[in-house]
Formats: sequence, C-alpha cells, structure tokens
Amino acid sequence: MPINYYIFLSLALFCIGVAGVLTRRNAIIIFMCVELMLNAVNLLLVAFSKMHQHALGAGNPNAGIDGQIFVFFIMVVAAAEVSVGLAIIVMMYRNTHSTDVNFLNRLKH
Amino acid sequence: MIQLVWLVPVLPLAGFLINGLFRNSLSKGMTGVVGCGVLLASFILSLLIFGEVRQESFQPVTVTLFDFISVDKLHIPFAFQVDQLSILFLLIITGVGFLIHLYSTAYMHEEEAPHFARYFAYLNLFVFSMLLLVLGANYVILFIGWEGVGLCSYLLIGYWFKNVDYTNAAKKAFIMNRIGDLGFLIAIFWMINQFGSVNFEEVFNAAPGTSTAALTGITLLLFVGATGKSAQIPLYTWLPGAMAGPTPVSALIHAATMVTAGIYMIARSNILYSLAPFTQHVVAIIGLATALLAATIALKQNDIKKVLAYSTVSQLGYMFLGLGVGAYTGAVFHVMTHAFFKALLFLGAGSVIHAMGGEQDIRKMGGLRKHISTTHWTFLIGCIAIAGIPPFSGFFSKDEILAGAFAKSPVYYAVGVFTALLTAFYMFRLYATTFLGKFRGTHDQEHHLHESPAAMTIPLIVLALLAAGAGFLGVPEVFAKNAHWLGHFLEPVFAQGAAAGHAAEGATSHEGLLMVISVVVAAIGVLYAGFRFSSKPDLAEPTGFGKVLANKWYVDELYNAIFVRPLYAISKFLNNFIERFIDWIVNGVGRLVQYGGRQLRLLQSGQVGGYVLLMVVGILALFLVELFVKK
Amino acid sequence: MRRHKAEEYVRRVIVTENKKKQINYTAQMGITQILFWVLSIMALISAILVVVSKNPVHSVLWLIVVFMAISGHYILMNAQFLAIVNLIVYAGAIMVLFLFVFMLMNLNADTEPQKNIWAKIAGVVAAGSLLLVFVAALKHADMKNQLAEMNKGDIGLIHNLGMALFQDYVVPFEISSVLFLSAMVGVVVIGKKD
Repeated sequence: MPINYYIFLSLALFCIGVAGVLTRRNAIIIFMCVELMLNAVNLLLVAFSKMHQHALGAGNPNAGIDGQIFVFFIMVVAAAEVSVGLAIIVMMYRNTHSTDVNFLNRLKH
Repeated sequence: MIQLVWLVPVLPLAGFLINGLFRNSLSKGMTGVVGCGVLLASFILSLLIFGEVRQESFQPVTVTLFDFISVDKLHIPFAFQVDQLSILFLLIITGVGFLIHLYSTAYMHEEEAPHFARYFAYLNLFVFSMLLLVLGANYVILFIGWEGVGLCSYLLIGYWFKNVDYTNAAKKAFIMNRIGDLGFLIAIFWMINQFGSVNFEEVFNAAPGTSTAALTGITLLLFVGATGKSAQIPLYTWLPGAMAGPTPVSALIHAATMVTAGIYMIARSNILYSLAPFTQHVVAIIGLATALLAATIALKQNDIKKVLAYSTVSQLGYMFLGLGVGAYTGAVFHVMTHAFFKALLFLGAGSVIHAMGGEQDIRKMGGLRKHISTTHWTFLIGCIAIAGIPPFSGFFSKDEILAGAFAKSPVYYAVGVFTALLTAFYMFRLYATTFLGKFRGTHDQEHHLHESPAAMTIPLIVLALLAAGAGFLGVPEVFAKNAHWLGHFLEPVFAQGAAAGHAAEGATSHEGLLMVISVVVAAIGVLYAGFRFSSKPDLAEPTGFGKVLANKWYVDELYNAIFVRPLYAISKFLNNFIERFIDWIVNGVGRLVQYGGRQLRLLQSGQVGGYVLLMVVGILALFLVELFVKK
Repeated sequence: MRRHKAEEYVRRVIVTENKKKQINYTAQMGITQILFWVLSIMALISAILVVVSKNPVHSVLWLIVVFMAISGHYILMNAQFLAIVNLIVYAGAIMVLFLFVFMLMNLNADTEPQKNIWAKIAGVVAAGSLLLVFVAALKHADMKNQLAEMNKGDIGLIHNLGMALFQDYVVPFEISSVLFLSAMVGVVVIGKKD
C-alpha cells in the first residue's frame, strides 16, 4: 500500500477532528474529537513503522518497531488524560449545571 | 588707554548685572550709586581716550577682543573701532547718559527698591548695547548693539508693565523696529555675498570697485533698518507711543541716543552712500517728508511729551536730510546738539510733570514760570536752541544742514525752512501754554507745585549750558576761517565719502543770506507763537484740518486697516482651517489607536473555542509561510 | 423478431464478458486493497457523523465505529497487539467512561447548545484549509513510492513488542505507571466534594 494513502487518510481524520473541536460547544464532544485526532496520529505512526520495516527490514528484524512503541505510549497517556479531563468536566457541570464551553469565559478578566 | 576701550561698554554691563541680579537686596541708594557710578567711570574713560584721539597724528585703531564667527573665508571678529566718529558718540552717550541716570535717581524715587533696581539695570543694559553699537568695527557687532537697544527700548517703555496700554506701546515699538531690522539683516547678507566680509575697513576699501546697483541695493536696505530704528516714514508711529515709558527713558533713548543709531550707521557707511546717489535722494526725501509731517502733527498735540516726541521725529528727519544731501558733518553735528537740547527738553518736561503731580496735559497747565523757575529757564533755553535762534547750538547745526540742502536743490531748502518755521511755532506754543499765562489746573495741583530736587535740576542746568554753548564747536566758514572744529575733527572719517560723492558745499556768499533767512523765519515763529498762546491758549477742541492734524493724519488707522486687520484675518483663517485640520489629524490618530484597541480587546473574549480557532488559523498561516512562501 | 432476439443474446454475452472481466480485475486487486478502502471509507464517514450528530450519545457510538475501523487498519498492517489494545482501551474503557458521563448528565439532543452559524462555518473553513495545506505540502514529499508492509512483518507481534518494551524502553514504561498513579490521585482530588 503506497504510504501516501495512509498519509491522506490520517490527515483527513485529523482535520475532521479539528473541525469538530472548532464547531461543537459541548465540552465532552470536543474532548471526543481530540481523541479522534490522537487516533489519526496513531494510525499514521503505525503506517510509518511498517514503511520503515519495508525499507530496512532485510537486515534488521526490529526495524520500525519504535513507531508502535510510540503508539503504545500515546494510548497510555490518552487514557490518563481522559480520566483527568472527564473529572474536570464533571466538576464544571456540578458548578454551572451545563457543559457549555462558552460559560468558561473567566479568561476574559 | 585706547586698548582699554573695551572697559567702556563692560562697565555698564557690570552695572546691569549687579543691579539686575541683586535687585532684591540692594537699597535704593546703592542702586543709584552703582548705576550712575559705572556711567561716570565710562565717561571719564571716554574723556581720556578722547584726549588721545584728539592728537594730530592719530590713526583709527581697531581693538580686537576675540574671534566671534569664523566660517570658511568669512571672519567676523569681536572688535572695537576707535576713531573720531565713535569717540564723539561715546562722549555723547556716556555724558548725557550719566546726567540722565543722575536725574532718574530723583525722578523714580517713588518706586519700590526691586523695581528701582530693575529700572537702572535696564538703563545700564541699554547703555551697554548702545556703546557696542557705536564701537563695533563691523556691521555684525553694530547689529548686536542695534538689537540690544531695541530690546531695552521695549523693556523700558513697558517698565510699568501692569498697564496694558504701556505694554502694547512697547510691543508696537519692538515690532516696528524688527521690521526695519529685517532690511538691515538682508543688507548684511548681501554684503557678505558681495564683499566676503562685513568689516568696515574691508567693505569701505572694496566699495569703489563695486557696481552701483549692488551698492544701491545694500544702502537702501540699510536705510530701511534706519527708518525703523530712527522713526522715519513709514516706521515712525511707535515713537509717540513710546512716551508711555518714564520720562528719563524718553530723554535718553528716544531723544539722545537710540534713535540716533540710524544716523550713526549711515554716517559710518558714508562712502557706500556717496557711491549710491539714488539712495541719497531717497534718504533726503524721506527725511524731509518726515520732518514736515511730524512738525504738522506736533502743532495740535496737547500732551507735553507727545509734542516733544513728534519734535524728535521731525528733527531726525532733518538729520536724514543732512545725510541725504551729503552734509555728513552737519548731520552728526545736529545729532550732538539735538542730544543736548532734546534731552534737556524731556528732562524739563519730566520736571514739570513731577511738579504737577503726574499731569501731562498742557491745557491744564499755565503760568508755571513763577513756581518752578529753574525748570522754566532751562526749558526756555532748550526751546530757543531747537528753534534755531543764534547763538544757541541749534542754529549752527540746523543751518549747516540747510546749507547743504540748498546746494543740492532749492526745493529742499524751502521745505526745510518751512519746517523750521513750524518747529519754532509749535515749540513756543508748548512753552507759552505751559509756562506763561494763568494757571489752569486744580486747586490741589497748585498747592503741590514745587521745584524739583537738586538731582533733577543739576542735570537740567548742565544740559542747558551745553545746549547753549555747543554750537561754537561748529562755527561755519562764514563767521571765522577754520573755526569749524567739529568738521575738522571728523574730516578723516568723511574724507572718503566726500571724495567719492559730490561734497555739499554751499557757495559761501549764499550761505550768509541763507542764514539770515532762516533766523528771520524762526524769529517770526517764536514771537507769534509766544504772544498768541500766552494770552489765548489753544483750549478748544480742534476742528476741520486741525482735527486731521490732532489725529496724526490718521496714519495709525491706516496701518491698522492695511496691515493689522488682514493679518488678523489670515491668522483667523489659518486657525479655523489649517490649525483645526491638523488638530483633527492628530486627534484622529489618537482616536484611531483607541478604536483599534477597543476592537482588539474583543479578541479577549474568554471563549476557549475562539482561542482554538485562532490557534488553528495561526498554525495554518505558519504552515503557509514556511512551506510556500519561503521557497 | 428473430433479429431482436439475436441482438439481445449478443448484448447479454457482452455484458457477461465484461462482468467476468470486472471480476477478474477485482480478483487482481486483492482482498487487502478492498479491505483498506472499505475500512477507510467507514472511518471517514463515521468521523464526520461524530462531528455532525446532534445527540451526544450518537456521537459516542459513531466514535466507537471509528475506533473499530482503525483497529481494522492495524490488523491489516499486522500490528496485532496495537489493534487489540486499541479496542480494549479506547473503545472499551474510554468510550464507556464517556457514556457514563453522558448518562450522569442526562444529556440528549434537546439540551445540546449550538454555536452560531458563522462560528461553525469559520471552524469548517479553517479545518478544510488546514487539510488543503497539508495535502499540498505533502504532495511533493518524495516518499510517495514507499510502501507500507501489509500482512507481513513480525514487529507487530506481541512477542517482539514486549521484548522491545522491556529491554529498550523499560524506563518510560515504569514512568508511565507513575503517570497513571498520579492521574488517579488527581482525579480523586478533583472530584472531591469539600
């Protein structure tokens, strides 16, 4: 599979995620779109790891494994981040009884 | 002793500094001593230098103090030139100046100590500037003094600065002076361009080889400066207004010294003027016209100082007439005698005002001769001198000018004699109305009448003696051969001018006849005015032609309409349109910044979504720049 | 009439021939290719639906479909471990967390706040421009003809991944456990009612 197919697919998913972040007002949906962006990147990393294996794999059995290790760690971090983020959103909901991002405009002051 | 000539102006400068800086701590006595003392010292020093100059073998000396301006090929040193002309003026200025300083200590004694000191500081500064003017060895130093006396005139006219009319008069004087100074400055620039130098020696040596057109231009411009400083047509209207200052100021500045600066300058540049006959005609005509005009106005004035002011303008016109017809010695002689009798008249008028408790209107005076006799006799001597009755000084000097005028053109002479008649007439009108007849003032004023203190009467007596006797310094050829001491003394200064131009030499036989005519005319004026006004003073309001004269031929109103109103209109126009426009632009920039700030503030909405959008847009921009713009 | 039937018969034969050819073409494409395209289209459509759905619960469900598609891609590339982990962690744990939160807040399509239309257009335009810029930049990248190894390769196997993880990357691995600990502590602290 030519690598640029994977590149374009991953880019498309990423930009759909960006569109989601910019378009939605619900904090949790925005969070989910961030997860979507992360996953697009994961896909691309795995594709590149396979590309490296294809290019270098003849002499080196572990060529390109770094990409997949990286994806592993991204997933680790994503999990931790989701838990903390949702906790914050729940706190926000408890204070304002809404998940509307526009209510969090204290940065204005 | 000549090398110490720089002390002569520096001493009054020191007096100015002492009186000016310490005016809050000096007593009035000390101020008077300092102010008069420096003048006396300068006068004595001038006498000693005069002794050296008088010797037969004397050559003009230039005492250079330091290099003032040195640019490329132009060198203007701060140098003093000691020759016969400058030493003569030096004596007049320091001598008459000292007498007036002495007079002022009594006249101004009602002022408070700081203001008293301020007065003397200004007077000393004035003397310093005037000495700089006459001692300068080049036109630039002359101009420095020229400006300085203009400044001091302004300061002294507006001495009682709390009165708006006085300060307006001071402003008028200064501004009219400055208009003349512009002409003077352009002349200096032209001189630098033409001769490459402004030193008297170099300019006068190079003059014969220069084109007449250039010389005419330069001399005309110099004369414009002189009309401003010496109150000739068209820049004379400031002088009557300058009577707002204290009377000693009027005596010193506007009679004896400052107004003669123009005469000095033209006398010094006599070679330039002799080589430019057109300018000489202009000078003579303007001088004559001014003399006539001022004399007519003086006929109908009722303020004692105003009469004397117009008389000064008229006599200055005579001096310019003398310069214009080439009678340089006569003009300088008249400067000297005029300094004596006009200062005498002004100080006498000050004494009268002092006696009348501040009253200046002659219609309210009369019969004062019984009350203030010293003032009366000295004033009478001054009047006779100015009228040109022999053997007093005015006769000799005025006659020399008229003789020169006759040599140029009989018309000049005729108008000059007519003006002499008017001079005698109005002066004796003034005398008779003030001193003869019955007292017309209030009862309180009559009780107040008393003779002035010694500090005021002594200068009057000294000046009266000088006014009476100074004429014998310039006895013309008609009476005695080689008796014209002044002419002989000033001969080296005017030699170049006399050689280059056409020396005004009236035929000796005619001169006797001319003298007789002028004496008779003057006597007629004196007697008629004396008898008419002593018995029937001119108290009624003027009508018809008299009204025109009393209103000074409406010249002030004319200037107001031609110059002042259009300037105001232009100023208002510029203010309304251009000033507001510029203000609008400047304020607009401020408003723009405020508006921009307000709009930019909206970015700080606090909305996270907005921030993320901006982030994405920023990343987009960075990518575009990095990938596609930077190839 | 006979001619009509004959023309019909000829037409049918040609169509069948063409179909056979098509089936031949498809057979030449290979299963991998077909699966790639199917999974890609599934991922893209589901992603768009995530963003567009009004009901937030629907968004969660579509996101799960996206994760399934991506896991499918991983399997295609023989990254088996990652495929399973993706499904378990992402689709299993994280999305369930999201659903819990939605149920807690009782959100549905009625209470969903909407941005104004201009903001939405601005967002879509910005994202679209980003995509355009990326694509334009990467069009000229010179790795176009490199291939990603499909169906083959040992590096995705759990054995090799585990060896690499515990030999070369053991320090980050341990630190990630500390990360989890701190995340847990953080969540408890944030969620405390005081």
